[in-house]
Amino acid sequence: MEHFSWFTLIGMDKYDYILGSILVLILLTLAGLSIRSSLSKKDAVLPEEKFSIRTIFEILTLDFLFDLFANMLGSKKQAKKYFPLLGASFFFILFANLLGIVPGFLPPTGNFNVPVACALVIFVMYNYYGLKENGWAYLKHFAGPVIFLAPLMFLIEVISHFVRPISLSLRLFMNITGDHMVLGIFTNLVHYIIPALFVGLGIFVSFLQAFIFTVLSAIYISLATSHETEIE
Amino acid sequence: MKKALSILSIFGVAVLAALVPDAAFAQEGTGGELTKLGLALGAGLGIAIAAGAAGLGQGRATAAALSGIARNPGASSKILTPMIIGLALIESLVIYALLIAFLLQGKI
Repeated sequence: MEHFSWFTLIGMDKYDYILGSILVLILLTLAGLSIRSSLSKKDAVLPEEKFSIRTIFEILTLDFLFDLFANMLGSKKQAKKYFPLLGASFFFILFANLLGIVPGFLPPTGNFNVPVACALVIFVMYNYYGLKENGWAYLKHFAGPVIFLAPLMFLIEVISHFVRPISLSLRLFMNITGDHMVLGIFTNLVHYIIPALFVGLGIFVSFLQAFIFTVLSAIYISLATSHETEIE
Repeated sequence: MKKALSILSIFGVAVLAALVPDAAFAQEGTGGELTKLGLALGAGLGIAIAAGAAGLGQGRATAAALSGIARNPGASSKILTPMIIGLALIESLVIYALLIAFLLQGKI
Protein backbone atom coordinates (compact mmCIF):
# COMPACT_ATOMS: atom_id res chain seq x y z
CA MET A 1 0.00 0.00 0.00
CA GLU A 2 1.48 3.32 -1.05
CA HIS A 3 1.92 5.73 1.78
CA PHE A 4 2.72 9.38 1.41
CA SER A 5 4.73 10.96 4.17
CA TRP A 6 5.99 14.49 4.56
CA PHE A 7 9.54 13.19 4.64
CA THR A 8 9.35 12.30 0.96
CA LEU A 9 9.54 16.02 0.30
CA ILE A 10 13.02 16.02 1.80
CA GLY A 11 13.82 12.81 0.00
CA MET A 12 14.62 10.76 3.08
CA ASP A 13 11.52 8.59 3.17
CA LYS A 14 13.47 5.41 3.79
CA TYR A 15 14.37 6.76 7.22
CA ASP A 16 10.80 7.62 8.20
CA TYR A 17 11.01 6.06 11.60
CA ILE A 18 14.30 7.67 12.59
CA LEU A 19 13.08 11.11 11.55
CA GLY A 20 9.75 10.44 13.24
CA SER A 21 11.51 9.54 16.50
CA ILE A 22 13.62 12.69 16.27
CA LEU A 23 10.45 14.71 15.70
CA VAL A 24 8.83 13.15 18.77
CA LEU A 25 11.91 13.93 20.85
CA ILE A 26 11.90 17.54 19.63
CA LEU A 27 8.21 17.87 20.50
CA LEU A 28 8.77 16.44 23.98
CA THR A 29 11.73 18.74 24.57
CA LEU A 30 9.72 21.77 23.48
CA ALA A 31 6.88 20.75 25.78
CA GLY A 32 9.34 20.33 28.64
CA LEU A 33 10.87 23.74 28.05
CA SER A 34 7.51 25.44 27.92
CA ILE A 35 6.41 23.73 31.16
CA ARG A 36 9.66 24.76 32.80
CA SER A 37 9.24 28.37 31.79
CA SER A 38 5.66 28.31 33.06
CA LEU A 39 6.73 26.79 36.36
CA SER A 40 9.39 29.37 37.06
CA LYS A 41 7.01 32.29 37.13
CA LYS A 42 5.61 33.53 40.40
CA ASP A 43 2.71 31.60 41.98
CA ALA A 44 3.82 28.45 40.27
CA VAL A 45 2.30 26.26 42.93
CA LEU A 46 -1.24 27.15 41.94
CA PRO A 47 -2.45 25.35 38.85
CA GLU A 48 -3.43 27.50 35.93
CA GLU A 49 -7.04 27.98 35.02
CA LYS A 50 -6.74 27.69 31.29
CA PHE A 51 -5.99 24.58 29.30
CA SER A 52 -2.29 24.73 28.53
CA ILE A 53 0.55 22.31 27.95
CA ARG A 54 1.49 22.50 31.60
CA THR A 55 -1.98 21.49 32.77
CA ILE A 56 -2.21 18.64 30.28
CA PHE A 57 1.08 17.23 31.44
CA GLU A 58 0.14 17.81 35.06
CA ILE A 59 -3.04 15.79 34.64
CA LEU A 60 -1.20 13.00 32.89
CA THR A 61 1.75 12.80 35.22
CA LEU A 62 0.67 13.92 38.68
CA ASP A 63 -2.92 12.70 38.76
CA PHE A 64 -2.75 9.67 36.54
CA LEU A 65 0.73 8.20 36.32
CA PHE A 66 1.99 8.98 39.80
CA ASP A 67 -0.93 7.31 41.57
CA LEU A 68 -0.67 4.37 39.19
CA PHE A 69 3.02 3.86 39.90
CA ALA A 70 2.48 4.36 43.63
CA ASN A 71 -0.05 1.51 43.49
CA MET A 72 2.15 -0.78 41.43
CA LEU A 73 5.47 -0.09 43.11
CA GLY A 74 4.12 0.03 46.64
CA SER A 75 5.01 3.45 47.94
CA LYS A 76 5.31 7.04 46.79
CA LYS A 77 9.05 7.09 47.40
CA GLN A 78 9.56 4.19 45.01
CA ALA A 79 7.28 5.80 42.47
CA LYS A 80 9.36 8.97 42.60
CA LYS A 81 12.57 6.99 42.17
CA TYR A 82 11.51 5.15 39.04
CA PHE A 83 9.34 7.90 37.61
CA PRO A 84 11.84 9.31 35.06
CA LEU A 85 12.27 6.01 33.24
CA LEU A 86 8.63 5.01 33.29
CA GLY A 87 7.26 8.47 32.58
CA ALA A 88 9.66 8.96 29.68
CA SER A 89 8.67 5.63 28.16
CA PHE A 90 4.98 6.50 28.54
CA PHE A 91 5.29 9.90 26.88
CA PHE A 92 7.63 8.78 24.14
CA ILE A 93 5.40 5.88 23.14
CA LEU A 94 2.24 7.98 23.45
CA PHE A 95 3.55 10.75 21.23
CA ALA A 96 5.13 8.29 18.78
CA ASN A 97 1.84 6.43 18.40
CA LEU A 98 -0.16 9.64 18.08
CA LEU A 99 2.19 10.85 15.35
CA GLY A 100 0.79 8.11 13.14
CA ILE A 101 -2.71 9.53 13.44
CA VAL A 102 -1.61 12.85 11.99
CA PRO A 103 -2.08 12.57 8.21
CA GLY A 104 1.15 12.20 6.35
CA PHE A 105 3.28 10.68 9.07
CA LEU A 106 4.15 7.09 9.73
CA PRO A 107 4.29 6.19 13.42
CA PRO A 108 7.86 5.53 14.57
CA THR A 109 6.62 2.58 16.62
CA GLY A 110 5.28 1.08 13.40
CA ASN A 111 8.75 -0.06 12.47
CA PHE A 112 9.92 -3.10 14.37
CA ASN A 113 13.14 -1.52 15.61
CA VAL A 114 11.71 1.24 17.80
CA PRO A 115 9.53 -0.91 20.11
CA VAL A 116 12.37 -3.42 20.39
CA ALA A 117 14.65 -0.60 21.50
CA CYS A 118 12.15 0.59 24.12
CA ALA A 119 11.60 -2.96 25.40
CA LEU A 120 15.33 -3.67 25.59
CA VAL A 121 15.90 -0.50 27.61
CA ILE A 122 13.20 -1.61 30.06
CA PHE A 123 14.67 -5.12 30.20
CA VAL A 124 18.20 -3.93 30.96
CA MET A 125 16.99 -1.35 33.45
CA TYR A 126 14.77 -3.63 35.50
CA ASN A 127 17.54 -6.19 35.80
CA TYR A 128 19.92 -3.40 36.80
CA TYR A 129 17.49 -2.10 39.41
CA GLY A 130 16.96 -5.61 40.74
CA LEU A 131 20.70 -6.16 41.10
CA LYS A 132 21.20 -2.74 42.65
CA GLU A 133 18.40 -3.20 45.15
CA ASN A 134 18.96 -6.80 46.18
CA GLY A 135 22.57 -7.47 45.28
CA TRP A 136 23.29 -11.04 44.27
CA ALA A 137 20.21 -12.16 46.15
CA TYR A 138 18.38 -11.04 43.00
CA LEU A 139 19.29 -14.40 41.53
CA LYS A 140 17.19 -16.06 44.19
CA HIS A 141 14.18 -14.79 42.25
CA PHE A 142 15.07 -17.33 39.60
CA ALA A 143 15.28 -20.26 41.97
CA GLY A 144 11.63 -20.72 42.74
CA PRO A 145 10.05 -21.72 46.02
CA VAL A 146 11.90 -24.91 46.93
CA ILE A 147 15.68 -25.26 46.64
CA PHE A 148 15.90 -28.69 45.02
CA LEU A 149 13.65 -27.64 42.13
CA ALA A 150 16.19 -24.93 41.35
CA PRO A 151 17.63 -26.22 38.01
CA LEU A 152 14.18 -26.69 36.45
CA MET A 153 12.83 -23.44 37.87
CA PHE A 154 15.92 -21.58 36.71
CA LEU A 155 15.31 -22.64 33.13
CA ILE A 156 11.63 -21.74 33.25
CA GLU A 157 12.30 -18.39 34.89
CA VAL A 158 15.05 -17.48 32.42
CA ILE A 159 12.78 -18.29 29.50
CA SER A 160 9.94 -16.26 30.97
CA HIS A 161 12.30 -13.35 31.60
CA PHE A 162 13.52 -13.40 28.03
CA VAL A 163 9.98 -13.58 26.70
CA ARG A 164 9.17 -10.29 28.45
CA PRO A 165 10.95 -7.86 26.10
CA ILE A 166 9.80 -9.92 23.11
CA SER A 167 6.19 -9.71 24.23
CA LEU A 168 6.40 -6.03 25.12
CA SER A 169 7.87 -5.09 21.76
CA LEU A 170 5.65 -7.41 19.70
CA ARG A 171 2.48 -6.21 21.39
CA LEU A 172 3.29 -2.54 20.77
CA PHE A 173 4.54 -3.03 17.22
CA MET A 174 1.72 -5.25 16.00
CA ASN A 175 -1.00 -3.14 17.59
CA ILE A 176 0.20 0.06 15.98
CA THR A 177 0.96 -1.54 12.61
CA GLY A 178 -2.34 -3.39 12.51
CA ASP A 179 -4.26 -0.30 13.47
CA HIS A 180 -2.52 1.78 10.82
CA MET A 181 -3.24 -0.91 8.24
CA VAL A 182 -6.92 -1.04 9.20
CA LEU A 183 -7.13 2.73 8.92
CA GLY A 184 -5.53 2.56 5.48
CA ILE A 185 -7.82 -0.19 4.23
CA PHE A 186 -10.99 1.49 5.39
CA THR A 187 -9.92 4.83 3.98
CA ASN A 188 -9.42 3.13 0.64
CA LEU A 189 -12.88 1.56 0.82
CA VAL A 190 -15.01 4.50 1.94
CA HIS A 191 -13.31 7.81 1.52
CA TYR A 192 -15.44 10.17 3.52
CA ILE A 193 -17.02 9.63 6.92
CA ILE A 194 -16.09 6.16 8.13
CA PRO A 195 -12.35 6.88 8.56
CA ALA A 196 -13.23 9.27 11.38
CA LEU A 197 -14.27 6.28 13.49
CA PHE A 198 -10.96 4.62 12.79
CA VAL A 199 -9.05 7.75 13.68
CA GLY A 200 -10.90 7.65 17.01
CA LEU A 201 -9.97 3.99 17.42
CA GLY A 202 -6.38 4.90 16.59
CA ILE A 203 -6.23 7.52 19.34
CA PHE A 204 -7.67 5.03 21.84
CA VAL A 205 -5.25 2.28 20.83
CA SER A 206 -2.28 4.68 21.01
CA PHE A 207 -3.12 5.69 24.53
CA LEU A 208 -3.92 2.14 25.62
CA GLN A 209 -0.70 0.67 24.26
CA ALA A 210 1.46 3.34 25.87
CA PHE A 211 -0.39 2.73 29.15
CA ILE A 212 -0.01 -1.06 28.95
CA PHE A 213 3.71 -0.79 28.16
CA THR A 214 4.30 1.48 31.12
CA VAL A 215 2.16 -0.54 33.54
CA LEU A 216 3.90 -3.78 32.61
CA SER A 217 7.31 -2.13 32.98
CA ALA A 218 6.28 -0.90 36.43
CA ILE A 219 5.16 -4.42 37.36
CA TYR A 220 8.48 -5.89 36.18
CA ILE A 221 10.44 -3.32 38.17
CA SER A 222 8.33 -3.96 41.27
CA LEU A 223 8.82 -7.73 40.91
CA ALA A 224 12.56 -7.32 40.47
CA THR A 225 13.07 -4.97 43.38
CA SER A 226 10.78 -6.69 45.84
CA HIS A 227 12.58 -7.87 48.95
CA GLU A 228 12.37 -11.55 49.79
CA THR A 229 11.13 -10.99 53.32
CA GLU A 230 7.94 -9.42 52.04
CA ILE A 231 6.82 -12.53 50.18
CA GLU A 232 5.11 -15.05 52.44
CA MET B 1 26.18 -55.78 33.32
CA LYS B 2 22.94 -53.80 33.47
CA LYS B 3 24.84 -50.53 33.61
CA ALA B 4 26.94 -51.36 30.55
CA LEU B 5 23.80 -52.37 28.65
CA SER B 6 22.02 -49.11 29.49
CA ILE B 7 25.00 -46.98 28.46
CA LEU B 8 25.31 -48.90 25.20
CA SER B 9 21.61 -48.48 24.44
CA ILE B 10 21.73 -44.73 25.04
CA PHE B 11 24.75 -44.45 22.77
CA GLY B 12 22.97 -46.44 20.08
CA VAL B 13 19.87 -44.24 20.23
CA ALA B 14 22.07 -41.17 19.91
CA VAL B 15 23.79 -42.54 16.83
CA LEU B 16 20.47 -43.46 15.22
CA ALA B 17 18.98 -40.06 16.01
CA ALA B 18 21.89 -38.37 14.30
CA LEU B 19 21.83 -40.48 11.16
CA VAL B 20 18.15 -41.10 10.44
CA PRO B 21 16.89 -37.54 9.74
CA ASP B 22 19.21 -37.13 6.77
CA ALA B 23 17.62 -40.08 5.01
CA ALA B 24 13.99 -39.92 6.01
CA PHE B 25 12.73 -36.37 5.41
CA ALA B 26 12.56 -35.47 1.75
CA GLN B 27 11.16 -32.01 1.09
CA GLU B 28 8.51 -31.23 -1.45
CA GLY B 29 9.41 -28.48 -3.86
CA THR B 30 8.72 -24.92 -2.69
CA GLY B 31 5.40 -23.54 -3.89
CA GLY B 32 3.40 -26.60 -4.71
CA GLU B 33 -0.38 -26.37 -4.70
CA LEU B 34 -0.65 -28.37 -1.49
CA THR B 35 1.81 -26.03 0.19
CA LYS B 36 -0.26 -23.03 -0.78
CA LEU B 37 -3.42 -24.69 0.49
CA GLY B 38 -1.72 -25.46 3.78
CA LEU B 39 -0.36 -21.95 4.23
CA ALA B 40 -3.65 -20.27 3.38
CA LEU B 41 -5.66 -22.54 5.66
CA GLY B 42 -3.15 -22.07 8.45
CA ALA B 43 -3.20 -18.32 8.22
CA GLY B 44 -6.96 -18.01 8.02
CA LEU B 45 -7.89 -20.58 10.64
CA GLY B 46 -5.13 -19.48 12.98
CA ILE B 47 -6.30 -15.94 13.36
CA ALA B 48 -9.96 -16.99 13.39
CA ILE B 49 -9.54 -19.42 16.28
CA ALA B 50 -7.35 -16.93 18.16
CA ALA B 51 -9.90 -14.15 17.77
CA GLY B 52 -12.77 -16.41 18.84
CA ALA B 53 -10.99 -17.65 21.94
CA ALA B 54 -9.93 -14.10 22.82
CA GLY B 55 -13.52 -12.96 22.47
CA LEU B 56 -14.59 -15.56 25.01
CA GLY B 57 -11.78 -14.65 27.39
CA GLN B 58 -12.38 -10.93 27.19
CA GLY B 59 -16.09 -11.51 27.65
CA ARG B 60 -15.43 -13.29 30.92
CA ALA B 61 -13.09 -10.56 32.11
CA THR B 62 -15.56 -7.80 31.27
CA ALA B 63 -18.44 -9.73 32.86
CA ALA B 64 -16.51 -10.10 36.10
CA ALA B 65 -15.58 -6.41 36.08
CA LEU B 66 -19.17 -5.36 35.40
CA SER B 67 -20.54 -7.50 38.21
CA GLY B 68 -17.93 -5.96 40.52
CA ILE B 69 -18.97 -2.47 39.49
CA ALA B 70 -22.64 -3.40 39.94
CA ARG B 71 -22.02 -4.49 43.49
CA ASN B 72 -19.96 -1.47 44.42
CA PRO B 73 -20.37 1.49 42.08
CA GLY B 74 -18.03 3.65 44.15
CA ALA B 75 -15.05 1.41 43.39
CA SER B 76 -15.61 1.57 39.65
CA SER B 77 -12.37 3.36 38.79
CA LYS B 78 -10.34 0.90 40.86
CA ILE B 79 -12.00 -2.00 39.06
CA LEU B 80 -11.66 -0.42 35.62
CA THR B 81 -7.86 -0.18 35.62
CA PRO B 82 -7.15 -3.91 36.17
CA MET B 83 -9.91 -4.74 33.71
CA ILE B 84 -8.21 -2.66 31.00
CA ILE B 85 -4.87 -4.29 31.79
CA GLY B 86 -6.43 -7.76 31.59
CA LEU B 87 -8.14 -7.01 28.29
CA ALA B 88 -4.93 -5.72 26.74
CA LEU B 89 -2.97 -8.77 27.89
CA ILE B 90 -5.55 -11.15 26.38
CA GLU B 91 -5.53 -9.12 23.20
CA SER B 92 -1.75 -9.37 22.97
CA LEU B 93 -2.09 -13.16 22.53
CA VAL B 94 -4.28 -12.52 19.49
CA ILE B 95 -1.60 -10.17 18.21
CA TYR B 96 0.98 -12.97 18.37
CA ALA B 97 -1.36 -15.18 16.32
CA LEU B 98 -1.85 -12.30 13.86
CA LEU B 99 1.91 -12.05 13.44
CA ILE B 100 2.14 -15.75 12.56
CA ALA B 101 -0.79 -15.35 10.15
CA PHE B 102 1.04 -12.50 8.42
CA LEU B 103 4.21 -14.56 8.18
CA LEU B 104 2.34 -17.51 6.71
CA GLN B 105 0.38 -15.34 4.30
CA GLY B 106 3.58 -13.73 3.06
CA LYS B 107 4.89 -17.09 1.95
CA ILE B 108 1.97 -18.03 -0.29
